[in-house]
Amino acid sequence: MKNQPKSSHYLDLIIVLFLKEMKVRYKSTSLGYLWSILHPLSFAFVFFIAFKVVMRIQMEHYTLFLITGLFPWQWFANSVSTAPMTFLGNASIIKKVNFPRNILPFAAVLQDMAHFLFSLPVIVVFMLFYGKSPGLSWLYGIPLLLAIQFLITYGMALIVSSVNLFFRDLERLTGIALTLLFYFTPVVYAESMVPEKYRSLIYLNPLASLMINWRNLLLNGALDPRHLTVSIVYGLVIFGLGSAVYKKLSWKFGEVI
Amino acid sequence: MNTPVITFRNVTKNYTLYHGLTGGFKNFLFRLPKAIKQIRDSKYCVLKEISFEVNSGETVGIIGRNGAGKSTLLGLMAGVLSPSSGTVEVKGKVAPLLELGGGFHPDLTGIDNIILNGVLLGLSRKEVAHKISAIIKFADLGGYITQPIRTYSSGMLARLGFSVAAHLEPEIILLDEVLAVGDADFQKKCMNKILEFKQSGVTIVFISHSMDSVREICDRAIWIEDHRVKMTGDAVTVTKAYQSCN
Repeated sequence: MKNQPKSSHYLDLIIVLFLKEMKVRYKSTSLGYLWSILHPLSFAFVFFIAFKVVMRIQMEHYTLFLITGLFPWQWFANSVSTAPMTFLGNASIIKKVNFPRNILPFAAVLQDMAHFLFSLPVIVVFMLFYGKSPGLSWLYGIPLLLAIQFLITYGMALIVSSVNLFFRDLERLTGIALTLLFYFTPVVYAESMVPEKYRSLIYLNPLASLMINWRNLLLNGALDPRHLTVSIVYGLVIFGLGSAVYKKLSWKFGEVI
Repeated sequence: MNTPVITFRNVTKNYTLYHGLTGGFKNFLFRLPKAIKQIRDSKYCVLKEISFEVNSGETVGIIGRNGAGKSTLLGLMAGVLSPSSGTVEVKGKVAPLLELGGGFHPDLTGIDNIILNGVLLGLSRKEVAHKISAIIKFADLGGYITQPIRTYSSGMLARLGFSVAAHLEPEIILLDEVLAVGDADFQKKCMNKILEFKQSGVTIVFISHSMDSVREICDRAIWIEDHRVKMTGDAVTVTKAYQSCN
């Protein structure tokens, strides 16, 4: 549409929406920060009981192993599972004002990313507890993986939030798909535990390579170049796809919402 | 002063009826052939080949029955809807005041919502910071301004919404029944602000069911009926014709 805002206005929009999300999240509760780490931690606890205590998985430092996978996964899962509501929940603004609507999912994903960053100190505490320490490679590894995960997550969020306006039961499907994807991704298990004949199938999962590298980086300070390449390709493809879907559908948002 | 700032040329707006779609994937897949046919055929026409112009500095009222397509017209002007065919041209900074109190978040305070809304409506953060005290003063909500707006009444929301929009320094204002809410005092304040805008040469498009307001504010009126422009002309003539018809 005409009257596209300047890039400085894009930035202002992102800042304001980001701060809004943060305020909404932390305003109603003084335990705001605790809540955002309690969620993945309680997941870690459940999986620890199920896999370590009951099923006796053979792995040392399983708690640490779990949280280094669960924390980044939680960012992805939170962003995508709330995506169906990003446009719907802002119906009144979308009907009323002409502004670049993709700013809404952008700010939402950014906000979940911030929460993931805030949870990194928790991982460090656990590492120190197990006698490990963060490596220098975090300095370039974390920004790199953050960028890749942002591309994948934002791309997915764009698709889900846009399509959900036209198919309102996508929200339920998203929930089911996320659960399936979670167990197909090496988060609670290591990729080395996948039987050899199925192992190459891991590359079909757009999240797998990324999650493997997060754990690699956080636990061992290393990045696997092959997985890195795969996740970069997935990032670009999903982001491209998301932008295309958004571009194709966004002009109809005002009438279907 | 006679340059057109809003131009509609043969604008048709159809809405696709989406029951097959918003019914969800499940419905869509189970009734695929029917659903696709439905998307193709089920068009609901709201506006049919409408053409008109609004000149710079003019105040134009749009009248018509419920469902005649008045709000669609404003949506097209605001740029949130696109025409199915024809062209809509709008020149200048638009401040939409559609469905007041819409773009607010209930858990944020009045002040936070002013910032959010101001930036969404096209101001920079700096500009909002400059104007915020004037906006707060105009809204005149007292201590409520620091309270979450879920505690506000609908009249208070309207005050907040109007106050933000009134400070946008727009070139074109789109008003949709805003004066219906708010107490008499604030209504008067709004009216004064609108007249002030009018005097400073701002173009105003005003949708209303109150013929008195239309006559009071508008120079010209456009009467929409049966998807078309039924009559345009000076506000008094058109509103009288409309009233005698209903």
